[in-house]
Amino acid sequence: MSAQPKSEGTAARVATPSGIEVPLVATRDLAREPDPELPGVFPFTRGIFADGYRGRPWTIRQYSGFGSAEESNQRYRFLLEQGQTGLSVALDLPTQCGYDPDHAMARPEVGKVGVSLFSLSEMETLFEGIDLGAISTSFTINGTAAIIYAMYLAAADKQGVPRARLTGTIQNDILKEYVARGTWIFPVRPSMRLIADSVLYSNEVTPRFNAISIAGAHVRDAGCTAVEEMAYTLANGLAYVDELIRRGGDVAKFARRLSFFFYVHMDLFEEACKFRAGRRLWARLLRERHGVTDEKALHLRFGVVCGGSSLVAAQPYNNIVRVAIENLAAVLGGAQSIFTCAYDEAFQIPTEFSAEIALRTQQIVQHESGVAATVDPLGGSYYVESLTERMEAGMREVMGEIDAYGGVVKAIEEGWLQRRIAVRARQRKDATDRGTRVVVGQNRYRRPAQADSYGEVFRLDPQIAARVLQKHAQVKRGRDAARAARALDTLEAAAATDQENLMPLLVECCHAYATVGEMVERLKRCWGEFQEPVRL
Amino acid sequence: MSAVAKRPLAGKRILVAKPGLDGHDAGAKVIALALRDAGAEVIYTGLRKSPEFIVRVALDEDVAAVGLSILSGSHQELAREVLEGLRAAGVGDIPVFVGGTIPPQDCAALLAAGVRGVFTNDTSLERMIDELARALA
Repeated sequence: MSAQPKSEGTAARVATPSGIEVPLVATRDLAREPDPELPGVFPFTRGIFADGYRGRPWTIRQYSGFGSAEESNQRYRFLLEQGQTGLSVALDLPTQCGYDPDHAMARPEVGKVGVSLFSLSEMETLFEGIDLGAISTSFTINGTAAIIYAMYLAAADKQGVPRARLTGTIQNDILKEYVARGTWIFPVRPSMRLIADSVLYSNEVTPRFNAISIAGAHVRDAGCTAVEEMAYTLANGLAYVDELIRRGGDVAKFARRLSFFFYVHMDLFEEACKFRAGRRLWARLLRERHGVTDEKALHLRFGVVCGGSSLVAAQPYNNIVRVAIENLAAVLGGAQSIFTCAYDEAFQIPTEFSAEIALRTQQIVQHESGVAATVDPLGGSYYVESLTERMEAGMREVMGEIDAYGGVVKAIEEGWLQRRIAVRARQRKDATDRGTRVVVGQNRYRRPAQADSYGEVFRLDPQIAARVLQKHAQVKRGRDAARAARALDTLEAAAATDQENLMPLLVECCHAYATVGEMVERLKRCWGEFQEPVRL
Repeated sequence: MSAVAKRPLAGKRILVAKPGLDGHDAGAKVIALALRDAGAEVIYTGLRKSPEFIVRVALDEDVAAVGLSILSGSHQELAREVLEGLRAAGVGDIPVFVGGTIPPQDCAALLAAGVRGVFTNDTSLERMIDELARALA
């Protein structure tokens, strides 16, 4: 493991992690045509805004949340005081999977990977002293996204903030949950309906809110390549477009509010080109397939996360450097919002210390590096333009394979896509074990006898679950029981038919302090649960 | 690689399980595929299984080992519940392994609780299979 391989000669074939050959020197004839494009102009390869980051810097949006609403509220206030410009809420698994904290499956997970938001009471506490009209909030929530969105609206109502002023994002992308992240609840088709309901409702009620963030980050983390990440995500995007049209939406209108979310890994140019190619491909697909001409509707707006599976537990401080490089790739690719992981996320929830370094990394890139001063500084590079072209072609090829299988919904219901990801994960693991994928400190330049310094240890208060349970019982005791029951009955009746938009009913459930578990239970009665195809 | 070629787990039935609500299954699937290539007959539970369910499958399928994949931070509680369940069912001798995102300082506690081995992201598949083969020899 620690043996140093001979340095590779310049004649050896070199490819990007997606398998695209890298030339020793890129020359003019490598790119099919010189690039005549400008940023802000279709097909938006160079960016969706003509003035890039000078017009609006990217949003620095660190993902955090743990334990009870009180603790998370304190962390949010800290981050806002330190200059963070948007909040990103991590929710615990019971909230994400639709269980109340007192459910048997929930017990060991309450407050662990995020905050418990079992009812409106917790949302109110989470944002106490934070003006919902003045911040933008992102929720990484999928299976219960419509419910959490309804709860956010109810919290804004309670604060007296007009709903139309709300800005933020709910992830609300169930398709990738079936493939990689695993917080599905209902079968695919009713889940798609719930998403369409929330997106269409949001377009009317909270026009500045992103009611969906179609995410490639998790399939990427699970093992697929950069090309596949973009291809699967855009394929999912097209499936949502189809469902929204089926539910009566106007693509020229709702497409303006679709947003996306990706990973950035370590190959700087491939990552930057992934965004350039994806931006161009999405605009072209919407134009080709749906005749969209509205420029804003063609924009691929996206947030990114730097870190995740590219972080390494061995010599963890090296991760600070990795995240900085990925941060740079995201900026060179023109991301609208960026989350940088903390160096210790390879093995724990970040401490306040490590979270601050992750935040400062972005501020250093934004204010000191100079890369944000000109739009798409890589544009016109022979290598970058040719790699962008090849990646776009690769993405189209992968999307063609999904189409040939019968579309993304069928591919997920039958476990075909899940299997492809598992095979890729295996390949990545083998490449890491063999050392053909170099991971510094782990499979190369490792000091075997080294006792790693892991820094400060994050300790979750062991009493959190007990406190959350107590609050849950108290909220259920204290609420107007008749109003809650009535709201839940109305929700269930409407869910049983495919007609009514469920969002107003969910908002009323939240106002009545019905719990996430209660709402999910009613919907399960109508729709059943997803049966995972376990095919290896 | 040589260990895989020799199929050191031939004839062994191994349960790969996802206890709790954690939805990250890439690792569990990689392990399942690698165990199968090493000759084992692998039963994979799929996501979101209770410790009781996992114990029941371990009994019904008469497995030689149980692997638990946990990335949500709930490894102490969930591993303990599975171990207790196996002991209560009279099969406390079935070795249980844990894999996932396990903070370094938690490994000793898991081993002390009766877990036979802990594998993290940087454990090579070859080493994991060697360790299993030794435990099941």
